[in-house]
Amino acid sequence: MATPLLEVRNLVVQFPTRRGTLTAVDDISFHIDEGEVLGVVGESGAGKSMTGAAVIGLLEPPGRIAGGQVLLQGRRIDNLPYEQMRRIRGKEIGAIFQDPLTSLNPLYSVGRQLVETIQTHTDMSPTQARARTIELLTEVGIPAPERRVDQYPHQFSGGMRQRVVIALALCVNPRLIIADEPTTALDVSIQAQIIALLKRLCREHGTAVMLVTHDMGVIAETADRVAVMYAGRIAEIGPVREVIKNAKHPYTHGLMGSIPAVGHDAERLEQIPGSMPRLTDIPQGCAFNPRCPHVFDRCRQDRPDLIPVEDSRVSCWLYDRASGPGIEVAKARVASTHADDLQEAADV
Amino acid sequence: MVAFVIRRLIQSLLVMFFVALVAFTMFRFVGDPVHQMVGIETSMEEREALRERLGLRDPLIVQFARFVGNAAIGDFGLSYQHKRPVAEMLLERLPATLELSLVSAVFALAVGLPMGVYTGLHRHGVLSKFFLTISLIGISLPTFLIGILLIYLFSVQLGVLPSFGRGSVVDLGGWRTNFLTVDGWKALIMPSITLGLFQLTLIMRLVRSEMLEVLRTDYIKFARARGLADRAINFGHALKNTMVPVITITGLQLGSIIAFAIITETVFQWPGMGQMFLLAVQNVDIPIMASYLILIAFFFVVINLIVDILYYVVDPRLRVDTATANGHG
Amino acid sequence: MAETPIQRISTEAPKVAGRFGDGLRRFFDGDIWYSFTRSPVTMVAGVVTLIYFVLALFGSWIAPHNPFDMASLNLLDSLLPPIWQEGGDARYPLGTDDQGRDMLSAIIYGSRVSLFIGFASVILAMVLGVGLGLISGFVGGTTDAIIMRIAEVQLSFPAILIALLINGIMRGVLKENVGMDVKQGDLAYTVLILSIGVSGWVQYARTVRGSTMVERGKEYVQAAYVIGIHPITIMWRHILPNVTGPVLVIATIHLAVAIITEATLSFLGVGVPPTEPSLGTLISIGNDYLLSGEWWITIFPGITLAVLVLAVNLLGDWLRDALNPKLR
Repeated sequence: MATPLLEVRNLVVQFPTRRGTLTAVDDISFHIDEGEVLGVVGESGAGKSMTGAAVIGLLEPPGRIAGGQVLLQGRRIDNLPYEQMRRIRGKEIGAIFQDPLTSLNPLYSVGRQLVETIQTHTDMSPTQARARTIELLTEVGIPAPERRVDQYPHQFSGGMRQRVVIALALCVNPRLIIADEPTTALDVSIQAQIIALLKRLCREHGTAVMLVTHDMGVIAETADRVAVMYAGRIAEIGPVREVIKNAKHPYTHGLMGSIPAVGHDAERLEQIPGSMPRLTDIPQGCAFNPRCPHVFDRCRQDRPDLIPVEDSRVSCWLYDRASGPGIEVAKARVASTHADDLQEAADV
Repeated sequence: MVAFVIRRLIQSLLVMFFVALVAFTMFRFVGDPVHQMVGIETSMEEREALRERLGLRDPLIVQFARFVGNAAIGDFGLSYQHKRPVAEMLLERLPATLELSLVSAVFALAVGLPMGVYTGLHRHGVLSKFFLTISLIGISLPTFLIGILLIYLFSVQLGVLPSFGRGSVVDLGGWRTNFLTVDGWKALIMPSITLGLFQLTLIMRLVRSEMLEVLRTDYIKFARARGLADRAINFGHALKNTMVPVITITGLQLGSIIAFAIITETVFQWPGMGQMFLLAVQNVDIPIMASYLILIAFFFVVINLIVDILYYVVDPRLRVDTATANGHG
Repeated sequence: MAETPIQRISTEAPKVAGRFGDGLRRFFDGDIWYSFTRSPVTMVAGVVTLIYFVLALFGSWIAPHNPFDMASLNLLDSLLPPIWQEGGDARYPLGTDDQGRDMLSAIIYGSRVSLFIGFASVILAMVLGVGLGLISGFVGGTTDAIIMRIAEVQLSFPAILIALLINGIMRGVLKENVGMDVKQGDLAYTVLILSIGVSGWVQYARTVRGSTMVERGKEYVQAAYVIGIHPITIMWRHILPNVTGPVLVIATIHLAVAIITEATLSFLGVGVPPTEPSLGTLISIGNDYLLSGEWWITIFPGITLAVLVLAVNLLGDWLRDALNPKLR
């Protein structure tokens, strides 16, 4: 098997606080192949943004990587000195943040910010860099780029600014882009355009994307594979079609129930009762066990690891050969769960 | 831009008007101007004639208009004590105060700004904590005490710097300057440190807190994610954004340096306008007090305008507000 | 929620009703006192300030001499150095000044004068500022515009210049229009307190005005107004308790500024007369002797003044942070 573009092994991210150390990302492993789009979904606080920040080496202090490894094309990057990691950021791993309104420096023209980034990572002359900048602005669909290049961020609308941010992330052709909620702050009408743009550009350039979002709709439309995170761990990871149509983890199943599907005659939207535990009081065993309709003894004692089931991998004791009821039975059980059962489980 | 400057100009004129009103009130109602101008032996008739000649019987509005008109052409009347034109006395002493203020301002900026940036970037450093502690002590020491301590140390104990006066000055067509002799520069050292120290600590604390604020913003995070060098982030992106509020407040502070010079000039017997104002307060020489007030207000207004223009140069958001986004994303 | 305004009064208003007492009680419970005990620097500053207060209140029993009693001074004892230097005299541990005054006693009495004028000025500025701020925020309109315009103009000049100006005007008015000379103790005190107090009201007014406008918009105040409670009662009962915290912070920091301003004015020769010297006056007297080497007349009052101001500043900084955890 070829070396994956990005490999994350047993990553642990911790925050020392006055009330003890909090574990925001707890021993997760996944990989992203060249040109692949991996969606990462979960509720806020599930650790998805932390994972992205850890990969690019920009965890906010006092947060830190407490264990595990991050490998880019087979080379460890989590323990690089600051200066070497800086050269990787922007050049090999690009990033797009949530809010385009605040991601650009208000005092510099967009052209200057692009030229600056290009010249940091390449040997281009100022004239070449400027030509490339105009090319990039054209590519991300900004009209009249020759004129717009010297304008300031406040002269652009939110959607236009996010296009500039995408141009900034892509300007020196990184192999991987970490997009953290790239559309959350935008108008609904513009979200789809931005996602389509991101998808098209990455396909054209062969750039892989780690797309962090809480929006399953965006994932369904864009991602090749998806990782579902819950309380700092991966609950389920697999091909996007498989995870959506055939969710194996009770949490993923519940999550899919909460998406309004156009053209479906769903009587009502299902909602998982209860809420994700705070980092300060994650229960023993499986973190989902207090909300799970299929909970049994082992779930309350041991923490499950990812178990391969068909094309996906799931961290749920139901699928364990020794303690579970057998894969087919487990799948059937999860698939037949309805809101009423969920409610019952929460009441118990 | 034009509208912006005009709006500020109108505000400035309002301030000047208000200050002129205060000055006029002082002039007209604190004591009797005629009584101040003549000797004991002057007869009642002569006094009344003078009163008539000065227009003190005209309606107050007319008197005020005349006062403003005279002030605008630099006529502030005669000093009660010295019987000389106040404008002439102020002009004589203006260079001394302006040179001292200028050197103090440069000192406060040149030292305060780097210290602020440093303490902002190295928040937990030992040197930062040291700077902050020193600055608190600096704020707690009254200006005059700092001056006295410097004199005691450098003039009395070490004997390296003059304890009073301007030293040798060179006359450049009426403007007597300290800048052309070594002696003049030596005389400037202690007064300008004394005068600039308080502003220095303020600038340092302000730059520090602004820097901390800016470093937390999204665009700095994004700049890091783009792999820009620390130098470019800290001194390009962060510092430039810090400048917007710093220019405003620093500008106001530099304006107040001219007024704070009163204390420093008294400690070092520096022959400037501040020293003259203080003597006027002690002797209740109203024309000098009133005209000094107007002059200081004028400096404030000018500095404010310069600050506004600088602000405009630094922050593009103030410039082309009409050309907002054409078309949506 | 179909609550009538009347119900809101009965549920919300009692929480903020009462006078300053309630505000102060809330102020010292729990968090704030806790944060005081957690900060060693603040505790030292608190103890130092307390020592100054005790010295100021009981100075006449503590000080070895009465420096204001000109008859007891002996010119033969003038300009004696502190006790540990050659020529020091055991009766005068910190030496004597040019009049033969015991420096230690002069400093104790001087601190009292400085603290008294400082406190009186702060109270004057506070009453003036809080009053104008309440009126400005509550009445609004032209009244508000005029008060705030004056505040802005005043704020663009340093307080010391305003104080000097008021000082000069008052001397002028007293001398020319009333015929009194401001060289006597009591009159000098009044002039000083008025000039420092009037130069410092703006900050109080701005803060109080802001809070008043916020509170005025709230339903319980509107309701109280509707059921006919007098506006002054509303301000006193409901709005004032809400600004106790911020006003106390401003007052603490202003106390440091007022003490410095008093010392500066006295140093400049327009403050407390040399017959009943404050710390600033003592420094000013000593300044004339510094060049000839009699450093103690200046340095001891100088240190006393700096330590007092530093302690009050530290208390003010702490108070601001303790009341406003977000600013930390």
